[in-house]
Amino acid sequence: MTEKIREIARRLLENGEVELVIGFEKGTIPLKSRPVFIEKPEEVEKLIWDGFCENNLATYLRRYRGRKVGIVAKGCDSRAIVNLIVEGQLNREDVYIIGVPCTGMYDRRKMIRDGKEEPSEDYLFLNCKTCPYPTPVLYDELAGEEVSPRDRDYSDVETIEKMSSDERWEWFQREFSRCIRCYACREACPMCFCEFCFVDENRPEWVEGGIHPSDLGFWNLGRAFHLAGRCVECGACERACPMELPLMVLNRKMVKDVKEIFDYEAGVSLDEKPVLGTFNPEDREDFIL
Amino acid sequence: MEKEFDPKIVAFLCNWCSYAGADLAGVSRLQYPPNPEVIRVPCSGRVNPFYILRAIYEGIDGVWVSGCHPGDCHYQTGNYYARRRFYLIKNLLEFAGIDRERLNFSWVSASEAGKFAETAKKVTERVKKAGPIDKLVKERYLND
Repeated sequence: MTEKIREIARRLLENGEVELVIGFEKGTIPLKSRPVFIEKPEEVEKLIWDGFCENNLATYLRRYRGRKVGIVAKGCDSRAIVNLIVEGQLNREDVYIIGVPCTGMYDRRKMIRDGKEEPSEDYLFLNCKTCPYPTPVLYDELAGEEVSPRDRDYSDVETIEKMSSDERWEWFQREFSRCIRCYACREACPMCFCEFCFVDENRPEWVEGGIHPSDLGFWNLGRAFHLAGRCVECGACERACPMELPLMVLNRKMVKDVKEIFDYEAGVSLDEKPVLGTFNPEDREDFIL
Repeated sequence: MEKEFDPKIVAFLCNWCSYAGADLAGVSRLQYPPNPEVIRVPCSGRVNPFYILRAIYEGIDGVWVSGCHPGDCHYQTGNYYARRRFYLIKNLLEFAGIDRERLNFSWVSASEAGKFAETAKKVTERVKKAGPIDKLVKERYLND
């Protein structure tokens, strides 16, 4: 796979089809690959592909709007790209997508805790274990054989749904009061592209500063709601979180509901409008009094 | 003697239907609880779901959003968009442990004074059942 990616990247850069290729290179710490931005054909040897390419590279695309960019994209990255195009943040012609069928990424932190050096199925991220689109949904060229989709599983969300409201609140407080409001989740997220985030606004001020549990609750719920119907379940937020908050549980709850209620999935089709940007007169309204 | 819990409820009513419905309820001298404090908005689609979050954050015991019936929106489609948003914010807040009785949504037209009074009663009952707000609220707002 690594060889194929390098070959494509070299060709694109030599022919001048793109100005830049975004991919992964070997990181400076074990079990971590990091994003790399290649502008010269002789640098393509830096590119690699392994089980630790956990960032969502689509996050960087908006910075290069108007330039031709090649991007190494796994299933979830490609969904993020589709969503960016659907939401008018990107032109399809500006990106050359090198699709990489993905067999899942491994949880580095968990492996280190267990003293493991070799990745195994047990250490896959939950959203990779249940990934419905491991093969990119949109690509110009595929760098490997297609991977068959895995079964969706929202049992983590369902466990919490079954609790009483007090238990859910207790869970929410316990997990989310660790938040230090570094906004790493926001920076890592390909869909968090607001020029001005609601949490930074002060006229009106939605959330006050500081780490009062109510502020942390507001921020985390607000973040999850702004991603409702847009989250592509790449898990980049959760991997970026230094406090290891279960951010994806909130996101997955929204993904699950959007699928159940409106039968919509984000970043799958270029022709569908975003779920909250459109409506159907026949929408369910069983929550109305 | 312990005082009965008197909930604070914020009602976002759309100008064209529910607010007019409330008006008619008043003119018709229908009895309904005084707890919902009305904020008139141009359309239920104008209600940013964060208003609901912020109301709870500021110590409001319950929120009630009401607009025109689907198909009757003064701006044609505002309440259709709102309906999708409210469904999701309601589910998300419930998921985080906010009691469902605090989150109320209804359609009341300008002629439905009776329905308005009924819904106001129902919402007040529901919020009374949920009790004083103790989740997501910032204590310093609770003093007044």
